[in-house]
Amino acid sequence: MTAPVRTYRGAAGASGPLLYLPDARGAVLGEWVALESPGQPARRGQVIEVGTQLTVIQLLEESHGLAPASTRVKLTGELAGMPVGLELLGRVLDGAGNPLDGLPRPVGEAWRPVWGAPLNPVRRARPADVIETGISAIDGLNTLVRGQKLPVFSGPGLPGLDLAARVVESARVPGGEPFAVVFVAIGITERETRGFLERFEDREALERTVVFLNRTSDPTLERLLAPRLALTVAEHLAFEAGLHVLVVMADITHYCEALREIAAYREEIPGRRGYPGYMYTDLATLFERAGILRDGTGSLTQLPVLTMPDDDITHPIPDLTGYITEGQIVLGRDLHRRGVSPPVDVLPSLSRLMKAGIGRGRTASFHRAWADQIYALYAQGREARLTAAIVGEAGLSEADRRAVGFADRFEGEFLGQGDRRRSFDETFAVGWTLLESMPRDELLRIDDETWAARPGADGG
Amino acid sequence: MSGPLVVMAAGALARLRPMREASLNELVRVGEAGLLGEVIRVEGDVATVQLFEETAGLRLGEPARPTGGPLTAELGPGLAGSVLDGVGRPLEAVARASGAFLQPGAEAATLSREHRWEFRAAIRPGSTVAGGDVLGTVDEKPGLEHRILVPPRAAGRIAALEDGSYTVDEPIGALEDGTELRLAQPWPVRVPRPVAARLRGDRPMVTGQRVFDLLFPVAQGGTVAVPGGFGTGKTVIEQTLAKFAEADVVVYVGCGERGNEMAEVLEEFPALEDPRSGRSIMDRTVLVVNTSNMPVAAREASTYLGMTVAEYYRDMGYRVALLSDSLSRWAEALREIASRLQELPGEEGYPTYLSSRLGALFERAGRCAPLGKPEREGAVTFVAAVSPPGGDFSEPVTQASLRAAGALWALDPALAHQRQFPAVDWEVSYSLYAGPTAAWFADEVGADWPDLRQEILTLLERDRELRDVAGLVGPEALEDGDRLLLQVARLVRELLIGQSAVDPVDAFSPLARTHALAGLLVALRDGARSAIDRGRALESLDLAPAVRALSAVRRAGPDELPARVVEARSAIAALRREGTAGDQPAGGDVTAGEGGA
Ligand SMILES: Nc1ncnc2c1ncn2[C@@H]1O[C@H](COP(=O)(O)OP(=O)(O)O)[C@@H](O)[C@H]1O
Ligand SMILES: [Mg+2]
Repeated sequence: MTAPVRTYRGAAGASGPLLYLPDARGAVLGEWVALESPGQPARRGQVIEVGTQLTVIQLLEESHGLAPASTRVKLTGELAGMPVGLELLGRVLDGAGNPLDGLPRPVGEAWRPVWGAPLNPVRRARPADVIETGISAIDGLNTLVRGQKLPVFSGPGLPGLDLAARVVESARVPGGEPFAVVFVAIGITERETRGFLERFEDREALERTVVFLNRTSDPTLERLLAPRLALTVAEHLAFEAGLHVLVVMADITHYCEALREIAAYREEIPGRRGYPGYMYTDLATLFERAGILRDGTGSLTQLPVLTMPDDDITHPIPDLTGYITEGQIVLGRDLHRRGVSPPVDVLPSLSRLMKAGIGRGRTASFHRAWADQIYALYAQGREARLTAAIVGEAGLSEADRRAVGFADRFEGEFLGQGDRRRSFDETFAVGWTLLESMPRDELLRIDDETWAARPGADGG
Repeated sequence: MSGPLVVMAAGALARLRPMREASLNELVRVGEAGLLGEVIRVEGDVATVQLFEETAGLRLGEPARPTGGPLTAELGPGLAGSVLDGVGRPLEAVARASGAFLQPGAEAATLSREHRWEFRAAIRPGSTVAGGDVLGTVDEKPGLEHRILVPPRAAGRIAALEDGSYTVDEPIGALEDGTELRLAQPWPVRVPRPVAARLRGDRPMVTGQRVFDLLFPVAQGGTVAVPGGFGTGKTVIEQTLAKFAEADVVVYVGCGERGNEMAEVLEEFPALEDPRSGRSIMDRTVLVVNTSNMPVAAREASTYLGMTVAEYYRDMGYRVALLSDSLSRWAEALREIASRLQELPGEEGYPTYLSSRLGALFERAGRCAPLGKPEREGAVTFVAAVSPPGGDFSEPVTQASLRAAGALWALDPALAHQRQFPAVDWEVSYSLYAGPTAAWFADEVGADWPDLRQEILTLLERDRELRDVAGLVGPEALEDGDRLLLQVARLVRELLIGQSAVDPVDAFSPLARTHALAGLLVALRDGARSAIDRGRALESLDLAPAVRALSAVRRAGPDELPARVVEARSAIAALRREGTAGDQPAGGDVTAGEGGA
């Protein structure tokens, strides 16, 4: 789309972040708007409704102090866009794409609209290449693959961003080149941001990282833009430059709150807990930008991080996210309190793309059965723990008592790996050790063939 | 002043003027890009249009072109194996024209204009035909004969009809009144295709999933709601049915879900064989795909397109499985449009007509006698995934689906978290088809099938009661018989209900295996029970050999099954004998078939 630049003097009105223009014929739905107002900072916005009587512009910044009558409104004729290119690697930008690193504004190889077009489903390749993250709870039980979107469901005070950072730091594909990283901070604190970035500084890894920062103090509505800028850059790196890209977006909860805020200003009928009814669709336009092209070489993997309000997984933010993403890594407060690190609660966690990535010739032929069996025993142990809390250990059956023991050791030895990175084989070995401590007859999910073929088995 | 112009646009809505002549549901091309839209409201000379495509870039004063007709499906040979978007454009053709990313305004006809089909006429010129009569056939795919039907509303004497090689645009003949006959026919997606008679469903659609076939069967032509929170296994169930359910044609509607799931289907299906015909399952599958990031109004249309295609194959006399993932996204699209129109919202913001629209959709499924000669029977079996927010079944879409559907397969996150799949909550689920289909199962599989079903349900029910008690007093406080029941129920959950969709052998369980496993489990319970009744302590009974033998039954292919069942029987017989005094020779008194009788 290209339309000429048109400038209007004076708007008809404003309320919250919405500005109304009368009689702006030729306004283009979605076009980018620049606003100037005497004695006020420059503002930007976007046309969200065109009409013969009224055109509606949604501002990106706070409208505090804005005087509609004396505002100059410049319709740019362009959809919101972002320069993309390999040149972006190593840069630090704000949530609207302006440099924060003292370097000149990036020019890029091309200019792309930030509202990316949907990937035609028939042109997707099915993601199947395993990423080794070094974390047993992920690699062993919720395996991540290239092109997947796998969010971390954290809670207030839980180390969600930390876990994402750790994945980024140590993610590798067997025999593969390192990932390019796109990190977008959405309304998170300086401390959190620094904590994330510090992990890379001494590793020259910043060279293959693009950072977008919308901090707590930055305009809320920019939170809706920042992840789209990041994904536009990431799509270019992945699908045109052919790199393997990991995108970390934190915190999606702040994004959703911005969405709710704007919906309220627009006087829309609120959905569950005040979030707009289209939040599912809106989030999908972010998360569905992960993937692999059928005839491309790169991939775009997403690790969004969100904070479950009140640790409630049924809250609309984690709920709608879980309905869109290909699984979730859920952190457990209880585990965290007991010092299990990383505190991944594997029961509600899931990787939907695991099945394509694991198995013979990929991770290990026994991977599925091994994981299912660990899950079954751990679930049994957790349930038995609850029973034991009521009737006491002595009231448990022999099998349940063993399952409780299994759950304890699983949390301590398997999950609680601390800062150590584990290879796939190391993860498998820890799991087998736990399984071997159980009577063979209770391992219903492992058939004789698999049992005999486990590493270290006699003759296996 | 010429045609109508855009006078307002916001989100997925546009208003056009002048549109005094517009009719509701009329299809319109909007703007220079030719965005596809549908009239949903007419007020004076202004028509409100919902757009099936991304609207960014649209501006005031752009022209619009009414098409004069509603959104139609193009029905004809070439549907099988195709992948369509929500309004019927083949996504391959769209990709060839505009690349890997979808651009608004694409034009692509559903059926190939070039492909020539070999048509064989089944009737001669001079015969009188009416709507639904079979004019002849085309081999659409190996093993799938496409029957060319007289359009439902046409009738007359045939003036010409000839064998030959035709594209879908060329007439294959004509009626005496001049009506041309073609291989393809259009049908408005929102209108049910008429049938001669509706028939009762008393024959099951076998799914190859033990929990469904045995406990909660669906009839051919039946309807099922499958609600479950995220990650409970809705999509896996839909995909598994697409692969294994007893259907001649499968229509899979991916409505507002993930792109990668479609990539998975497109990779897997062509390589998979139909367990009955041995042919690629993609050859009998039509995919309608409108992923969550594609425009929302097209999501709503996609469900109707899928239903119309399903009805069309039904009219040929086929058994069609219509699998919708997910119906909630269809309902949410309704809600989104209604709210943009500022309609008065009902419960949770859904329009007040949600439940009647949804009910009308379910009504289009069913077993029936299609219009026309020769007489035949067809069915659309509708299995709809429902995605309740927060997994809470009290929400409007789940509730409306429950009222409309004949069976409920409720999925439980707790089971899913334990990796107990399919995570069907057997306490909440039900099927109104269990009664009507019981006779078929008894005749075709085993006379004891209905009894076994009841035995297993009772056992699971008792298990729940006992577990509640055990949660209070501890399992050790229960008596031996009850603790035995807990153990057997665990085996029922693990070995009978549990069925991995990724297991190369067990992903599909033939009815014989389902029957054998159910019978053996009941026999195992009875065997162990009789040992206990004769004074043996539960701890002293060694169930392990029988359990191992049962696991082997579950992994047995059709050829090995009889041998594995015999082995399992003797393991159970050995257990039963443990209760008796001396060592007696194998009695073989416990058989799979009689177990529950
Ligand atoms: N029958 C099954 N066998 C094995 N795994 C299953 C089965 N059903 C579900 N799963 C597991 O659960 C995950 C989520 O299932 P899915 O159908 O995608 O859930 P939903 O569509 O309800 O969100 C799958 O990726 C798979 O790992
Ligand atoms: Mg699903």
